Amino acid sequence: MTDAPAIDLDAIDRAILNALQDGFPITPQPFEDAGNALGIDAETLIVRLRRLHEDGTITRFGPFYDAAALGGAFCLCAMAVPAAEFDLVAAKVNAHPEVAHNYERTHHLNMWFVIATERPEQIAEVTDRIEAETGITVFAFPKLQEFFINFRVAV
Amino acid sequence: MRLDPQDRDIIQATQAGLPMTERPYRDIAATVGLSEPDVIARMQALQARGVIRRVALAPNHYRLGMTANGMTVWDVEDTRVAELGALVGALDFVSHCYERPRALPVWPYNLFAMVHGSSRAEVENKRARIVTLLGDACRASDTLYSKRILKKTGLRLSDRKD
Repeated sequence: MTDAPAIDLDAIDRAILNALQDGFPITPQPFEDAGNALGIDAETLIVRLRRLHEDGTITRFGPFYDAAALGGAFCLCAMAVPAAEFDLVAAKVNAHPEVAHNYERTHHLNMWFVIATERPEQIAEVTDRIEAETGITVFAFPKLQEFFINFRVAV
Repeated sequence: MRLDPQDRDIIQATQAGLPMTERPYRDIAATVGLSEPDVIARMQALQARGVIRRVALAPNHYRLGMTANGMTVWDVEDTRVAELGALVGALDFVSHCYERPRALPVWPYNLFAMVHGSSRAEVENKRARIVTLLGDACRASDTLYSKRILKKTGLRLSDRKD
């Protein structure tokens, strides 16, 4: 993953990025349908999406599943990782398929990751394994309440 | 909620992403051994039930110039967190907003609001609006900036079918 902000996006790229953040059809020819709304054909949309995905402008394209609706759970977790061990611990944490995202942040608690599991009790199993593998306490911050949001990136 | 085995197969086949092909749902159908209309009907039903929040793309905020991403955290009076959390979540620059448990004494904060901007100065300006909004219901706060994305994949179901 690159963090480089400088990329060339033309008006069509921007229109695609803006429109497809909101949704994509579940229909037999969805690229045709989504393209029609943007004034481009399916092939153009597919070619551009592939390019935007390959160059890292898009991180994911597809269904976003709600782990809670699947009977599972999400949990935000944090660790205070010594600088000298940071990359090694990151590799150990990231090796767990249940770890969906992981960020380095500016704080004594400097590693923040989200665990997604099918069953709520599996969260503690994963945090126990990470503690055993790293010798570092994992603080779990499960959501108690989610507040409605309506955020999107205007490109 | 028990997952229907066919729904589960569809989730397994699509959780890493949708094929960028002319007929992506037909390709998924071929993978899971269902018909294309069946896959479409099942995915529409999953979306209607909220299991699929949406089918969409996720942009890389960093690549689009949103290089500053601050997790703002707040110690808000428990009796007011529901009311104030709703107001913070409604701000157009807040992408996620949750009440979470404190972990005393290490972590006194119970309200988390993710704020994005093109610079830390912009995030600080936005954060100042939250300070005003919370007023004296807030006892302490901090901002944790992201330095590096270490992993970003999304939900993965395990292969076990137990």
